[in-house]
Amino acid sequence: MKKSNNKLRIFLKRALFIFSINILLLFILVGRLYYLQIYQGKKYALLADSNRMSKRLLVPPRGTINDRNGTELALNVQNFQAMLIPEQNHDIDKLLKDLTPLLQLSQDDIAHIKKDIARHKRYVPVSIKDNLSWEEVATLMINNARFPGLIIDEGVVRSYPYKHYTAHPLGYVGAVSEADLQKSDAPLLQVPGFKIGKIGFEKTYDEKLRGHEGSLTYEVNAYGRIMQEIEKKEGQKGQDLDLTLDIRLQQFAYDAFGKESGAAVVLDVHTGEILAFVSVPSYDPNLFVDGISINNWNALLNDEKTPMTDKAISGQYSPGSTFKIAVALAALEAGVIKPKSTFFCSGRMKLGKHLFHCWKHSGHGHLNVVQAIKHSCDIFFYETALKTGIEKIADMSHKLGLGEIYDIGLENQKAGVIPNAQWKQKKLKQPWQKGETVIAGIGQGYVLVTPLQLVTMLSRVVNGGYEIIPTFIKQENPPQPKKLNIKKENLDIVKQGMFEVVNGIGGTATSARLKLKNVKMGGKTGTTQVRRISLKERAQGIKRDEDLPWKFRNHAWFMAYAPHDNPKYAVAVIVEHGRSGSGVAAPIASKILEEAIKLDIR
Amino acid sequence: MLLNQNQELTLKERFLNLNFTFIAIIIILAFIGCLTLYSVAGGNIHPWALNQGIRFLVGLVIMLGMALMPPEIYYKVATPFYIFTLILLIIVNVAGHIGMGAQRWINLGFFNLQPSELMKIAIVLELAKYFSNVPLENIRTIKGLIIPAILVAIPVALIITQPDLGTSLMLLFCALALFYLAGVQWWKFVLGFGAVAAATPLLWHFLHDYQKNRILTFLDPERDPLNAGYHIIQAKIALGSGGIFGKGFLSGTQSHLNFLPEPHTDFIFTTFSEEFGILGGTIILFLNLILITYGYWFAFRIHNNNYFGKMVILGLNTNYFLYVFINIAMVTGLLPVVGIPLPLISYGGTVILSVMSSFGIMLSFYVNRDRELKK
Repeated sequence: MKKSNNKLRIFLKRALFIFSINILLLFILVGRLYYLQIYQGKKYALLADSNRMSKRLLVPPRGTINDRNGTELALNVQNFQAMLIPEQNHDIDKLLKDLTPLLQLSQDDIAHIKKDIARHKRYVPVSIKDNLSWEEVATLMINNARFPGLIIDEGVVRSYPYKHYTAHPLGYVGAVSEADLQKSDAPLLQVPGFKIGKIGFEKTYDEKLRGHEGSLTYEVNAYGRIMQEIEKKEGQKGQDLDLTLDIRLQQFAYDAFGKESGAAVVLDVHTGEILAFVSVPSYDPNLFVDGISINNWNALLNDEKTPMTDKAISGQYSPGSTFKIAVALAALEAGVIKPKSTFFCSGRMKLGKHLFHCWKHSGHGHLNVVQAIKHSCDIFFYETALKTGIEKIADMSHKLGLGEIYDIGLENQKAGVIPNAQWKQKKLKQPWQKGETVIAGIGQGYVLVTPLQLVTMLSRVVNGGYEIIPTFIKQENPPQPKKLNIKKENLDIVKQGMFEVVNGIGGTATSARLKLKNVKMGGKTGTTQVRRISLKERAQGIKRDEDLPWKFRNHAWFMAYAPHDNPKYAVAVIVEHGRSGSGVAAPIASKILEEAIKLDIR
Repeated sequence: MLLNQNQELTLKERFLNLNFTFIAIIIILAFIGCLTLYSVAGGNIHPWALNQGIRFLVGLVIMLGMALMPPEIYYKVATPFYIFTLILLIIVNVAGHIGMGAQRWINLGFFNLQPSELMKIAIVLELAKYFSNVPLENIRTIKGLIIPAILVAIPVALIITQPDLGTSLMLLFCALALFYLAGVQWWKFVLGFGAVAAATPLLWHFLHDYQKNRILTFLDPERDPLNAGYHIIQAKIALGSGGIFGKGFLSGTQSHLNFLPEPHTDFIFTTFSEEFGILGGTIILFLNLILITYGYWFAFRIHNNNYFGKMVILGLNTNYFLYVFINIAMVTGLLPVVGIPLPLISYGGTVILSVMSSFGIMLSFYVNRDRELKK
């Protein structure tokens, strides 16, 4: 009995011990609940929310780019896509078979669609065909009941209706690249399918055009299926960009080049507004929006007429005789020549051991500055340049806008070269030679300008000496341009010279006169050697420029303004390897000015 | 009077001798279970809540039936029941029904019988019978431990190879509790644990890959956040986000949006706590504490000569406690996920049957608390 009592005593004692352990363990559980639900409750509440909430950014419509009359040059167009939600259709093979004749699906397309379906969850819509035509959309809508699970998704795609006419200033949008992501952490860039400006205004004004993203918050389950919409924040549409271009003039100027390669820029001489800005040939920016094909890309790259280069700002050419305007003004301002003072042109000039020729080998005889411009006499300007000196010529050139880069919102703008002694020392580590001043006097040698710079120079000369700045952006109240420190009578003299070029008897570009009543224009030709004809080539019978291969022929310049009495428009035209300023470039410039006057751009 | 005390009671007397508070708490817990299952189904009695309710009612009838039986019957069936269950375990191991990646069930047509659940009761009855018949001196010898050790080792080994680590460990812990209550010396436990610790590297070798993963994942859930660790991380998020008062009935986002693994079975406590907060979780723990305390009270209260009854009650009570503790510790990230349900609340028929039977046996001893066991 006593023994059994002992056994019971041990049992009861040990039962109490286990009981207390049970209670202790249960209290540990309560402590654990306190730790998770109260001490760390906030953290887990956040985690639960981030689990269940998913946010999708809403891409705002991109701002349009308009010309000065409100014509849309870059816009967003609706785009329809046929998509299939696999889980809503039980016989996908049959569906695809039925759709094949309606949407012209190829075997490849079908294989691709099936692969897509297999790769995604059954509720994820899979693209069947993008860029549906209206007929296709209508057919699918009518037969809706026959195709369960088929939806038509509406999206937008950037479009450039004027294609190659606007490619150079506008640029294009394209898929976001790694480099774009490195530069910006804007959340929109992470959105699949988002397009960013890659080049041109689309790139420069990207943030303005882009707008601000909206967002859609929705609840998802553990498998990512959307359960319900929680919050929708509308984004802000991108701002529109209003340009100074007139698309009518732009198209006309482009077409005026025909098959030639070159560039033309038309300015309003009083405001600096760029009315037309073409680089020919160009390319279709729409090809780039969804990624260009290798073939198209190679074709663009290998074209010797360089359609991808914007020649109006990236093309640097010797100005040739057009530069004589700057030289004449520098000389008149410096007082080294008078309006009436004359030089004698015998067709050649000797400086030290070197002999310099006029383009007219028989010589021009006596002529003053107006006549020298009219006939584009080289000897006159050799002498004038020598008297004026390279420093004053360079100063005047800068004053007139050469050698400068303008804030017009385009990359790859070249500064050109306006040489002087300091420039040469720095660049070539050599002292300036007098002979170099001589050839600079006719715009050859080191001098390089772009078409944009040249038209700026012309505008500043003919608008009465106001320092207009070229611009693409239309402003309600444009700032009043500064007056340049150039005497009006001197400006009038060179202007008179340019009038004579076109309208005087024996001028160098008389064939380019405007075919309009009561409106006269003035201008200046320029022809610049790309390469000398070598002795060897002469021996082979190549005597004239047009006998050379295209890429070695001379460049042809013409810059012009109109109307002469009260100038409004100025244009600079370069025709690459066009051989003759008066013969090839001047007619193009003349037609462009005529069109501008007819359009009466405001 | 003494004779009178040892007299058998009439059916009515036995019924009145039931502990109704104990039964009421069981019903409340089962009700909480059905409510949570209703919520998990998105506010629907299908597919779980109604089913579970019916099973519980069946369990309740079984419990009352077993409670009203004379306790002697449990002493008598102990050995045959143990042998029968052992045979079932062997059958399961040889040709068990395949489910949940493990062989644990025998398909009875209307019901998937899990012999390991039966073994939890069988081992308690059999060990209690053995210890009640062996004097303390013998229990305290090594020789006296050989038979009970074999009684435990065979089913534990069988269940571990099913493989069901959780249940085999539960069985082992429950048996150890009985060894301890029977008076086995402290140092033997220390020695035993030392031996197991030494053998751990060897045991590790025998574990299945998924078991190794579960233990490693328990130690560091971030190790594998998308697969095994995902469950425990999501469970903690569900629980933690419940806060003090919870997200409200039918409003748990983690469970309703399928972030929780098995929100109606092993992880039902997280589902409940997400919706009812620490308040609800503590209520469940408190109700279980009362239930367990009653168990101890029953063991102390019944006739002192009924050593078998006392052992059985505490064995079954410990079993129940282990269920509750292991399940909640597991879903709160204190223990590895070993697949132990929360009794009375988790969805599942076998556990209801086994737990309600256990309560029935405990009550049967309590009903006849004032008399000795007639062997």
